[in-house]
Amino acid sequence: MPSLGADMESGTLIEWLVKVGDRVRRGDIVAVVETDKGAIEIEIFEDAIVAELLVVPDTEVAIGTPLARLDRVGEAGATPRAAAAATPAPAPASAATAPRPPPQATPTRYIPPVPMPSRAPPPSSARPSAAAVPSVATRRKISPAARQHAREHGVDLDRVVGTGDGGVVTVADVEQFIRAAPPPSASPARSQVAAQAEPMTVAPAEPTPAPTSPMRRAIAAAMSRSKRDIPHYYLGHTIDLEPALAWLEHRNAQRPIEQRVVYGALLLRAVARAAAENPALNGYWRDGAFAGSAAVNVGVVIALRGGGLAAPALPNAAALDVDALMAALKDATERARRGRLKSSELSNATITVSSLGDSGVESIYPIIHPPQVAIVGFGAVVSRPWVAAGGLYVRRVVTVTLAADHRASDGHDGARFLAAIERLLAKPEAL
Amino acid sequence: MNEADLRNAVLRALYSIAPEAEGERIDPQANLRDQLDIDSMDFLNFLVALKGTVGVEVPEADYAQVASLDDCVRYLAARLPSA
Repeated sequence: MPSLGADMESGTLIEWLVKVGDRVRRGDIVAVVETDKGAIEIEIFEDAIVAELLVVPDTEVAIGTPLARLDRVGEAGATPRAAAAATPAPAPASAATAPRPPPQATPTRYIPPVPMPSRAPPPSSARPSAAAVPSVATRRKISPAARQHAREHGVDLDRVVGTGDGGVVTVADVEQFIRAAPPPSASPARSQVAAQAEPMTVAPAEPTPAPTSPMRRAIAAAMSRSKRDIPHYYLGHTIDLEPALAWLEHRNAQRPIEQRVVYGALLLRAVARAAAENPALNGYWRDGAFAGSAAVNVGVVIALRGGGLAAPALPNAAALDVDALMAALKDATERARRGRLKSSELSNATITVSSLGDSGVESIYPIIHPPQVAIVGFGAVVSRPWVAAGGLYVRRVVTVTLAADHRASDGHDGARFLAAIERLLAKPEAL
Repeated sequence: MNEADLRNAVLRALYSIAPEAEGERIDPQANLRDQLDIDSMDFLNFLVALKGTVGVEVPEADYAQVASLDDCVRYLAARLPSA
């Protein structure tokens, strides 16, 4: 189980994409792992033959635990390469269909997998239930959003009546079920009293503590560490975005829809170039010292519908033009939504951008993602009165904020960085 | 392509970018982006998908005319390529 970030302690193997005997090549995706950063595709770093799969799906294992044993190409059956493979993987409590690994002395904690919002969860509720797990043939139609809602509230979907088109169970049905059901914490005695009461009144369900998803735990760990360890300083600046937006709208109007660029790509381009000009904000704080990065890998915070976020890095963003950045952003967004980011993307951002997009909210004061030393926030684009060249105009403006690590840089560096973003966005044709 | 076909095409394009919404009720008159939490990149992908299935390209300047499900169907119906 590879470490995909400083705060990662364990990951849950979701799915093997290879089987024993498969030939794998460097860079192949071999497995999908649910980590505290979401579902990640695990790449392999050498050419080999899969000799043995040591961990069955739906098992949570600590980082460093061998997932599989590989034979070097040409020496199948020879001495196992992975010495650590001597430690067998733990058997999960409920691996009915998966092949059982050898019994082991020290079982690792097993938790039910919490799938990504966009991943199809198992057909039964995540909580153990006395009811038989419905077979695939009898699986009912349940909207993905309803599944997640049910999982978060510990609702057994088998008991929810679907009222959507064709009997589909919707979020509204799950909410109706939660409202109607007595709180799960009710003691038997209390239930009895309630049953005798006439007319029967059902108390509103107390909020059920939702099981904390691995992603939520990861956000909690990373943000707590950031606020505990990093002395943030904050700068904010409002920028006239009219020239950039007018330029982009004109450009988009002349192109087929597939080649249109969203303004977020322009902002990323400006950030990447400004970071290249101001190296004190681009890199990592590690072991008591700042290590700058020659490449600017811009992490982009993508809010996932249904909760949580992912921040894949767009590698070498300062070397990409606006169209290439747009393509990279589109690709990363789509894969983040499907829960298919690569392990390398999640650990190599050197600076991060968090944008509020169309929410209408004007400014964000973001928290640095350690071990990075800066994060840039963009509020929503809003029309505001604007004084320029002695006149008063209505302009579309954006508030850009910077949170930076005062151990690595000073306010003066941060101010130069924000001024560079403003200068770059004022001449969009030169971006 | 009649109105029901168009409505289906719009829904399919929506589900392609917001798969978790499949089966959920969508208020046909409410703003799609607010209802389904769709950002600008998702919305562009939605329109690209629609162009592929319906053959109508929505210029950026017309985004306000395709805000809701009903708006979308109305907008597309008026611009369908003649068969």
